[in-house]
Amino acid sequence: MKPEVETTVPRVELRPKDAAAGQWLEVAMGPHHPSTHGVFRMDVVLDGERIVQLKPVFGYLHRNHEKLGEGMSYLASIPYTDRLDYFCSLTNNWAYTLAVEKLAGLTVPERAEYIRIITAELTRLQNHACLAGFLLQDLGATGTPLMYAFREREKILDLFEALTGARMMCNYMRFGGCRCDLPEDWVPRAKKVVAETPRFIDEFENLLATNEILLARTQGVGALPAALAVNAGITGPMLRASGVNYDLRKVDRYGLYDRFAFKVPLGAHGDTYDRYFVRMLEMRESVKILEQALATIPDGPIIDPKTRLRGFRPKGGEAYGRIEAPKGELGFYLISDGGPNPYRYRIRPPSLINLTVLEDLCRGHTVADAVAILGSVDIVLGEVDR
Amino acid sequence: MMDAGLKSELQKQGVFTTTLESLYNWGRRNSIWPLQFGLACCAIEMIATTMARYDLARFGAEVFRPSPRQADLMIVAGTVTKKMAPQVVRLYNQMAEPKYVIAMGACAISGGPFKQGYNVLKGIDRFIPVDVHIPGCPPRPEALIHAFMTLQQQIAAQELTGPRRPRHLQPELPSEFPVPRYGDHDLVPPKNPDRWTAPAISRSNS
Repeated sequence: MKPEVETTVPRVELRPKDAAAGQWLEVAMGPHHPSTHGVFRMDVVLDGERIVQLKPVFGYLHRNHEKLGEGMSYLASIPYTDRLDYFCSLTNNWAYTLAVEKLAGLTVPERAEYIRIITAELTRLQNHACLAGFLLQDLGATGTPLMYAFREREKILDLFEALTGARMMCNYMRFGGCRCDLPEDWVPRAKKVVAETPRFIDEFENLLATNEILLARTQGVGALPAALAVNAGITGPMLRASGVNYDLRKVDRYGLYDRFAFKVPLGAHGDTYDRYFVRMLEMRESVKILEQALATIPDGPIIDPKTRLRGFRPKGGEAYGRIEAPKGELGFYLISDGGPNPYRYRIRPPSLINLTVLEDLCRGHTVADAVAILGSVDIVLGEVDR
Repeated sequence: MMDAGLKSELQKQGVFTTTLESLYNWGRRNSIWPLQFGLACCAIEMIATTMARYDLARFGAEVFRPSPRQADLMIVAGTVTKKMAPQVVRLYNQMAEPKYVIAMGACAISGGPFKQGYNVLKGIDRFIPVDVHIPGCPPRPEALIHAFMTLQQQIAAQELTGPRRPRHLQPELPSEFPVPRYGDHDLVPPKNPDRWTAPAISRSNS
């Protein structure tokens, strides 16, 4: 176990004569690699086992999302947003509908806002649980943490399935509200799942938070200084792990988040362990929001009756809608020319922008640490490549 | 083949009889090791299938191998883009015979919702042979288990001799396929003409 936490990334001197003498080794990790979370490639240059350079290569899952979005109606893009960050389809829906609502000036009924908050926080719970599972899988804890995380995820997916009809690709939110109302026994079921979640987090922390291997592998590894994080545009738990207090739920106060009491967990060192632990703490805060929201959800309509979903033509203009997705600031930028399709449809993906500092995080560390650092960045290739 | 009554009578006496063929297929179909290889959304459902609730281990297929040399089955789980297609074909070529392919999800079958895109391959069967197609976007874990069971039935129906031999006992069948190149505008070639031709649409002139 390392005695203390390093807060700065050690720099390795570039030695061109070694490169000339053939002492540097270039290794392509990916696109088929068990630790790259999909089809992602890291071209690393190694001096022994230390990383000298790292070049992220992506585009292996470029599915023309933005171009397709310009060719179809506003309504038809919603199922495509599900497939951006395929862990968090409901938050993707919300960011997109928020942008369209800003563009067209629609209002959302109170009950729909509550449903959006509940589903978004459930999404955050299962995303963070899975992230911890995958990170530990990459560190060598084959199976068990991931099994526990997916056990919890299945409970939440059952709720999504009862509500929307689909496990992963929910396609649930609409401009001005939601597609359908909650089933009769949904709120009690959700309360039960939420009430069981703290026990799962406790169990997870008992297993892992003081695990010596986890501490040795993550503390002081891949520290991200706060100044670099802000300059690089990092958002989400990764930014907060570096100690910057920036959470769009508090900053923008979109939805009805200002009605609920919750805290924003912050890290002190910005290393891999902080990035892991901030997410664990965020899950506890999400549980608080869920308990409050499920207890006070009002009755009422779930969609603005004036909304026209089909033949929807907002007047010309532009809008940017953003939310605090589990991975960071997810934004949609839409330009309308008055037609049935957006003129320009642009996504600000948190995964891609959080990935830009990967070389700074990994330089000087070993290859095995690069795997851990990548796991703690929390990328989903559907969102990186779009 | 042995008479069923005699076989049952022998079993009562503690004598177990079988054919080499069924023993061979029994072993092969119950230890299919998939390649640990996810492309997109479907990969998450593939992982969920291996986890506690769906438990693919019941079918002897929980050993996901990261190396194609140790894998028997490639689950093409997700959208194959034109940049990724050469790698997918190369991985298939590196697998040892007998090898099988499940095309999981609409994207792997036909390009799915992204079919109109400029960078999406419209079905992996344009380059490599696919044994089981499983539709859905993404398919549920039960559907993937169904694909596994279908593949197991296909393996059980294979014979050691004759025309229904498995592929690795038919030396004239190719076990490697040409890897396309990621060209300037499209894959070069855009499809393997020996594997796949566009379906002919017949219209009646009434």
